[in-house]
Amino acid sequence: MSEAKPYRVSGDTGEWEVVIGLEVHAQVISNAKLFSGAATAFGAEPNTQVSFVDAAFPGMLPVINRECVAQAVRTGLGLNAEINLVSVFDRKNYFYADLPAGYQISQYSRPVVGKGTILLDMPDGTTREVGITRLHLEQDAGKSLHDQHPAKSLIDLNRAGVALMEIVSEPDMRSPEEAGAYLRKLRTILRYLGTCDGNMEEGSMRCDVNVSVRKPGEGFRTRCEVKNVNSVRFVMQAIEVEALRQVRVWEEGGAVEQETRLYDANKGQTRSMRSKEHAHDYRYFPDPDLLPLVLDPAWVEELKRGLPELPDARKARYMRDFGLSAYDAGVLVLEQETAAYYEAVAKGRDAKLAANWVMGDLFAALNKTGRSIENSPVSAGNLGRLLDLMADNTISGRIAKQVFETMIEAGTDPDPAAIVEAEGLRQVTDTGAIEAAVDAVMAKNADKVAEYRSGKDKLFGFFVGQVMKAMAGKGNPALVNDVLKKKLS
Amino acid sequence: MSLTELSIAEARAGLDRKSFSAVELAQAHLDAIAALNPRLNAFILPTPERALADARAADDRIARGAARPLEGIPLGIKDLFCTRGVRSTAGSRILGNFVPPYESTVTANLFRDGAVMLGKTNLDEFAMGSSNMTSAYGGVENPWQRKGDAATRLVPGGSSGGSAAAVAARLCLGATATDTGGSIRQPAAFCGIAGIKPTYGRCSRWGIVAFASSLDQAGPMARSVRDNAILLGSMAGFDPKDSTSAERPVPDFAAACDQPMKGLRIGVPKEYRVPGMSAEIEALWQQGMAWLREQGAEIREISLPHTKYALPTYYIVAPAEASSNLARYDGVRYGLRVIEPGDSLDEMYERTRGEGFGAEVRRRILIGTYVLSAGYYDAYYLKAQKVRALIARDFERAFADVDAILTPTAPSAAFGMGEKMDDPVTMYLNDVFTVTANLAGLPGLSVPAGLSAEGLPLGLQVVGRAFDEETVFAVGAAIERAAGFTARPVLRAGG
Repeated sequence: MSEAKPYRVSGDTGEWEVVIGLEVHAQVISNAKLFSGAATAFGAEPNTQVSFVDAAFPGMLPVINRECVAQAVRTGLGLNAEINLVSVFDRKNYFYADLPAGYQISQYSRPVVGKGTILLDMPDGTTREVGITRLHLEQDAGKSLHDQHPAKSLIDLNRAGVALMEIVSEPDMRSPEEAGAYLRKLRTILRYLGTCDGNMEEGSMRCDVNVSVRKPGEGFRTRCEVKNVNSVRFVMQAIEVEALRQVRVWEEGGAVEQETRLYDANKGQTRSMRSKEHAHDYRYFPDPDLLPLVLDPAWVEELKRGLPELPDARKARYMRDFGLSAYDAGVLVLEQETAAYYEAVAKGRDAKLAANWVMGDLFAALNKTGRSIENSPVSAGNLGRLLDLMADNTISGRIAKQVFETMIEAGTDPDPAAIVEAEGLRQVTDTGAIEAAVDAVMAKNADKVAEYRSGKDKLFGFFVGQVMKAMAGKGNPALVNDVLKKKLS
Repeated sequence: MSLTELSIAEARAGLDRKSFSAVELAQAHLDAIAALNPRLNAFILPTPERALADARAADDRIARGAARPLEGIPLGIKDLFCTRGVRSTAGSRILGNFVPPYESTVTANLFRDGAVMLGKTNLDEFAMGSSNMTSAYGGVENPWQRKGDAATRLVPGGSSGGSAAAVAARLCLGATATDTGGSIRQPAAFCGIAGIKPTYGRCSRWGIVAFASSLDQAGPMARSVRDNAILLGSMAGFDPKDSTSAERPVPDFAAACDQPMKGLRIGVPKEYRVPGMSAEIEALWQQGMAWLREQGAEIREISLPHTKYALPTYYIVAPAEASSNLARYDGVRYGLRVIEPGDSLDEMYERTRGEGFGAEVRRRILIGTYVLSAGYYDAYYLKAQKVRALIARDFERAFADVDAILTPTAPSAAFGMGEKMDDPVTMYLNDVFTVTANLAGLPGLSVPAGLSAEGLPLGLQVVGRAFDEETVFAVGAAIERAAGFTARPVLRAGG
């Protein structure tokens, strides 16, 4: 549990606690749709990835895509959740132009994945556990395009029938930060598993937020669902403004009504989405075109054995084997690519130093150049070589920073050893050369030598600086210190 | 003998002997359709050009010695089956312009085996009805008439009324049909022909316009039990495109027609003596028992205690599924679209579906929507599913003691067009003996077994264990042999 001060909304009647649960729709990575063989690639021409099943032609029947089921099971396992060996597909009935069959095939009462947990990594390095209620498989709908024609709405069915995992959390979060951490962690897990690319901008991960407020210690009050908030930042903002709205409603003597609301990021407010006359009765019932989904426990075991190392395990390993702090380990495992880069740099080297370089200099450089770690201008191999040059005293840490700058500027992933040679940056470890430089500096600054010897210890840094300057920064700092100490004393 | 009087087996033999060509056989039936269909309305869409092209291809194969099991056999195709490039309406206005770009698995199987398509046969709209009177393309007249009453036109039953009338009137040698609550067996009985609803899962539902997915099953109709067996052999088989299709080999159904009755135990359910059942149907039933007993079978009274709940259960489950299955007919992607300038999406739905669906379909969509609604689901749909399981269990228990079950097919003979139209429940009672097999997923065959006092055909139904169509065919063939049903309808080719 976080020791940090709990998040509170202050109202006229005192402080309010926010209660948050999230429903995430994660688009499954698969070549084909959940119940048809049509392709799923993002960005194709409208209506080019549509089978007769997706367009709900007469007599067409759904057939389950086993790979989508495998992805849901992998995700369930990654969320430490119960895998239900028998689950059922239901029809959720409603009319809309981009829902060709007039029903969405979903899982209502018997989802494929049951209760699980997810561990949030908070900015202060602590962790917080949030319960997963369930994960179920369902079809996505198509897209209605209302702005393409002056009088007509156009329909693109490319997305219709694509597999989604709806992942529902328990109402366990208490602040916008926790909700943000939940989404980031869930996205990390999905990406590690390769079951969803987690891209909220392209809509392959979408989030509905359930928000309610209460006085600390109370039971739950009525919640509202805020729909389709499409970035982590907007989720956090939407929670803030929705919580404030609800506090005002309660404090003005009203009652929050259970409803679906839409977040308007431009206006920074939520607004009611559906009127009561349009309240949906989805008339769920088991889809008679599909048999119950029965999983072989041996198949589930096989999927379990095939799972990659997940972020929590990797983080624990970094803390245990590399001696990293919880925060550093958490940052490094957030993206698989970062972790892989880091491990390549750290392998056989000072793992803490490697972490400092990756999280410090490299991240700064990536930020500055606007590149991702997969396209880093400096490869893990060459960053590692740079660390090696420090380790074997070829260059000092200061020179290493200089060499790294050069490497970034080159943009061609140059070998740091070559830069050191070409620019003559090899550090001087020849005691004779250092003594000569020290002698010259002492001779030139006799007055300062006298001051130092009379007790002005602070001047030591001045001498170091002068010697290094005289040696163009290439003197081995430890040796320079030793020689200076000896000669000044 | 006239080519339109042949059985499928006789026609196959004649084609192979080259006594006549497939084109001659097709033409004889096309002539019959041209002569009688204007009155009977059994075909919504005759396809003479397609039939002759199919027949010419068949003659080629026969000439090359490469004839397939149904080479050159002219069939009617119920207009619920999607046929590639041929308009498929489901008997509804809403699909009045729908030409499928794909072929249903069952018809594809028949054409794979060489069958010739004569056209698309009439049916109750979306297969909802027991009279064929709900078709948007007009009712079908039963080719049979009451003795001395040529004025009263009778219904062929439904929903496969067009297929049944076409087979009975010798407009085709056989036809495809579907059965959700009795839609093959009741019209077969009304028209004096045989028809089987196979075990659920025996035939693929892919490409058949869905009515009630958990009950719908395709099957054949023909004038003899053996012809049904031959057709089903081609229609049946596992289809990976239908998740409810059974992954089982298809037995030699035709061979099963010759199995002896000796040692078979035939169950007669006491609950099927329903109030209001006519004496002549009761007598026919007794006669059926006697025929089977004479051939060595043992007749046992059995109990199917939940029978009385079958009809209400059916009329909850079937409309519930239909209300959802028919939601896709919305005017957006294909079929009818009715829209006025300035209409909202909801208004387009209302106009399209209001004008596209007939009264019976609208009624069932409303019933189905109601029974699935929040607050009513448990009391109706869920309870119906529970009763359905009990009905299936009744049969399971019965089949521990008997090998097949014998019942009447329908509580009456064919009725007049326009009769029973005032009260839908009276119409629904036609299905009282047939819905149980759908609810339990079991095979059921109707065999013509005699004539009523008015001279109309009556049928007996044989119900078997799941995937034991062989015993069903054997018992049906035994009844057929004993009944020696040779009566023919008034309205028929060459009649």
